[in-house]
Amino acid sequence: MKAHAGVKPRPFPRASARPASSGRIAAAFARAASENRAAFIPYLTAGDPDLETTAVLARVLEESGSDILELGVPFSDPIADGPVIQRAASRGLASETTLEKVLETAARIRRETSLALVLFTYLNPLLRFGFERAAREASAAGVDGVLVTDLPPEEAPAYQPLLRAGGLDTIFLVSPTSPSARMAAAGRLSSGFLYVVSRSGITGARTALAPELEQTVRRARRQASGLPLAVGFGISTPEAARQTALLAEGVVVGSALVRVAEQARAAGKSVSRAVGELSASLARACAKTGSPGEKRGATPGTPRPRRSMERR
Amino acid sequence: MPVSREKKRPGYFGEYGGRFAPETLMAPLEELGRAWSRFRRDPRFRAELDSLLRDYAGRPTPITVAENLTRQAGGARIVLKREDLLHTGAHKLNNSLGQVLLAKAMRKSRVVAETGAGQHGVATAAAAAKIGLPCVVYMGVVDMERQAPNVSRMKLLGAEVVGVDSGSRTLKDAINEAMRDWTENVRTTHYVLGSALGPHPYPTLVRELQSVIGKEARSQFRKLAGRDPHAAVACVGGGSNAIGLFSAYLSGSTKLFGVEAGGRGTGPGDHAARFSGGSVGVLHGTRTMLLQDAGGQVLPTHSVSAGLDYPAVGPEHAELARSGRAAYVRVDDADALRAFAALSRTEGIIPALESAHAVAFACQLASEMPRSASILVNLSGRGDKDLAEVERVLRGTQA
Ligand SMILES: Cc1ncc(COP(=O)(O)O)c(C=O)c1O
Repeated sequence: MKAHAGVKPRPFPRASARPASSGRIAAAFARAASENRAAFIPYLTAGDPDLETTAVLARVLEESGSDILELGVPFSDPIADGPVIQRAASRGLASETTLEKVLETAARIRRETSLALVLFTYLNPLLRFGFERAAREASAAGVDGVLVTDLPPEEAPAYQPLLRAGGLDTIFLVSPTSPSARMAAAGRLSSGFLYVVSRSGITGARTALAPELEQTVRRARRQASGLPLAVGFGISTPEAARQTALLAEGVVVGSALVRVAEQARAAGKSVSRAVGELSASLARACAKTGSPGEKRGATPGTPRPRRSMERR
Repeated sequence: MPVSREKKRPGYFGEYGGRFAPETLMAPLEELGRAWSRFRRDPRFRAELDSLLRDYAGRPTPITVAENLTRQAGGARIVLKREDLLHTGAHKLNNSLGQVLLAKAMRKSRVVAETGAGQHGVATAAAAAKIGLPCVVYMGVVDMERQAPNVSRMKLLGAEVVGVDSGSRTLKDAINEAMRDWTENVRTTHYVLGSALGPHPYPTLVRELQSVIGKEARSQFRKLAGRDPHAAVACVGGGSNAIGLFSAYLSGSTKLFGVEAGGRGTGPGDHAARFSGGSVGVLHGTRTMLLQDAGGQVLPTHSVSAGLDYPAVGPEHAELARSGRAAYVRVDDADALRAFAALSRTEGIIPALESAHAVAFACQLASEMPRSASILVNLSGRGDKDLAEVERVLRGTQA
């Protein structure tokens, strides 16, 4: 894949023009851009296998170079997820992880880290909690943005304004199957960033990037009106992260991290260490220049230490 | 005037319905809606579907006056719409033939389906064999065990049957898995959803394909009785056989009754009675009545009949319940099993356990109505698939 010299990191006046939002997501992208790298955005299912682990892993992820944490709310019927995140959701439900408890943990992560926080959820738990209340309490807990997997733009008018009114960024998805008009609608409703689904499919670690990714990102870019683009679904290796970082402003990794935690736990090894190592190598691969794994020193303006945890 | 037609928002029945799907499925759902509105009016498509329904599936199915059952119930006359006589043994084929033909017209090279009782799986496998498309059917492993004959039938018909071992391992989880398959293969594959549920346009598409039941039954019943029935009764899993029957009577004065699975009790997880035990929620792409816990997690369900064992209901039924145009009642496992035996013995018709729920309620209703009244029951399927399960359950209750 060719490097995209033409795609410069942009300033993001749209996000900062919305005083209601915390601006933490926009700041995370701005900081990454100033360091000439894509933001690294790991995903964890909250409560997998318990919320204490989630809070600990959030710190590990920050230390290993993450910018934004996507915190998944477990749901009984995750139709957009592959087996890895399905299993994580089952473990989350087994440990009785309700939305209320996820928000408590979000508040703890907010105190213990400076990660931007995106709640990644299916619609029904929010509806049951009370959508307006969910928006208010998420915001109070220090959540910065919300992405609802099964809330497409046409169903959003009843819900998206409630999230914005709560001071939350709203993140919508575009997919390779989305025609331009759909991408534009998602762009209009989004703040913070626009989420580009890398391949038409469900979540799950893949070894290779989808061949159509470059084109999908290019089409999304035209409709994103300057919002940063974060690419996710299927990215599992530093090499895939490196290639994605050349296309987009953010790289999302979910299943690969969830799986490495699962495997470490099964083998009786340190979950923190396994997650830390993989995330550190993925975070390093988000540099927009140079070869994969190249070391990146802390640049002025970096608000927190980036400690490499990868052994070599 | 039909009360449940979509109002201003397409795909909505009042406040219910919609299209709450992941983005990857949205354009394909739009494409499906466009294709259906084109082909439903296409004379060649219509002719091909009508010919399949007549010469392959065996439509029209008759109506049968259940004289002996009527005598036993003691009251209103019970008349059966015989979808059990349709090829493959249930109403499901009406929908499968339409959708597989549509898949072919849309130049899809593969179909997937979910199945609970196995009837929709068998119907889709048969339609795919006849029309010439490869077919994969997802089925919960619990259902594979209790509807084993249908698993063999699907395989014989050339379908690949994939056991689903997640969640409650029943219909709900089979739908999850079929939707995931569709998401992964959306460019080549059509998802033949088996009931009037899911994201728009499925509830409307499936209703239209099943409305042949109501159209036929209405004119057959008028020929028989010179008027419409006082009541029409159908079991409600997702709601396709019920909406197929009800669609002919929405604007009349026939009382409409949907029968849900009362299972083994009223506690959470013991039944699939969405209208008495559920609340509004979103599952499988539609806003409807849903059995869920305080945190919005979908509850497990129980029914002796795999086809009614589902925690949500088609959105049009939710609206029919709200408006009061239809009433939804529950029949428990034991009463359904009694009706299963009663219809077999009195009429020589072995009903599907799903349909036995409707028969049970019709008998109760008949006993409360005068003999001059009449009740039309949709006998949605036949019970061959259920014989082993019924024996197992009866042995269990005796032990
Ligand atoms: C014979 C029969 N009747 C009814 C149903 C319930 O489905 P629906 O409510 O969509 O008619 C099924 C489902 O498998 C069935 O096999």
